[in-house]
Amino acid sequence: MSEHIVPVKVYLAIFVALLLGTALTVVAAFHDFPWQFNTVIALTIASFKATLVVLYFMHVRYSNRLVWVIVIAALFWMGILFALTFSDYFTRDWISIG
Amino acid sequence: MAESYTTTKHAEGHPALQHHFENMEQQREAGTLGMWVFLVTEIMFFGGMFLAYTLYRSKYPAAFASASNHLDITLGAANTGVLILSSFTMALAVYGTQVGKRKLQLFCLALTIVLGLTFLGIKAVEYKDKYVDSLIPGTLIPGHPFSPAVQVPGESFDEHKLHLLPGATVKNVEMFYWIYFAMTGMHAVHMIIGVGLLSFLLFFSVKRRYGPEYHNPIEVTGLYWHFVDIVWIFLFPLLYLLGRHLEHGG
Repeated sequence: MSEHIVPVKVYLAIFVALLLGTALTVVAAFHDFPWQFNTVIALTIASFKATLVVLYFMHVRYSNRLVWVIVIAALFWMGILFALTFSDYFTRDWISIG
Repeated sequence: MAESYTTTKHAEGHPALQHHFENMEQQREAGTLGMWVFLVTEIMFFGGMFLAYTLYRSKYPAAFASASNHLDITLGAANTGVLILSSFTMALAVYGTQVGKRKLQLFCLALTIVLGLTFLGIKAVEYKDKYVDSLIPGTLIPGHPFSPAVQVPGESFDEHKLHLLPGATVKNVEMFYWIYFAMTGMHAVHMIIGVGLLSFLLFFSVKRRYGPEYHNPIEVTGLYWHFVDIVWIFLFPLLYLLGRHLEHGG
């Protein structure tokens, strides 16, 4: 498997997209959305930006399968960390003890 | 292919090829994979702090909103732009090395270092603002404990004072600043390490060590640099932007 060289045009497009994402997240923060949509919007934009960086700047899109496995494993274990902790902290009010 | 294990084969190879690899391609892929494994441990390390942030924010929303509103959005946004630009120049430095454009390689490595230092400079200005307003938590600074002035209702607006939303206490605002300084502080430490690595790479790039056949050190340092950028991509909205809307209860 030979190395893939990402063209400068792609890097430039990702760079512009990241700047637009930053501008968008700042603009969205000054608007009041109902419920917790401000949080949802901000995290969605941040995740989108992070995905662009991982896939293109970090070349994961062009890397071998083993790198994919490692990246997905990291996200999976992060999910365990958050899910198991939340299942404790966010359910403590459901029952009253003592 | 037994002959590929003989020393003659290696003697003909690139001087940077280590004896336990068959060829440069294998060495490069092993290096990249190793860096990714290290980055997984970094993701878990920062993940723990993001978890602490989420839990305390859900527990003390009013205090977190009050504390977050005290941060300077302009400086935070400017630093986000600086880091994104530095990731772009880092990517171009890798590209320049891969295709043998030496001037682009040297220029982009130097520019990435300058942008990294710019980020740290802006961060230092922010930290100093927090010091002036006595917002450094606990007694991290001996003789200068956490003791912000609190705005009294009806008083004229003072940006150096803490504006507490209903339900927020100074003690819980301090919790936000523990998390703020732990996260941005660890991020800054990673930036300093990154600038150190880039200086090393620039020094040996000037000495013509890296080129199209051998560029893995620049590539894996790039992976590290982009990772640190990603951490900031999440820190910026979570610390600087979200506070202003937590009043909705949550």
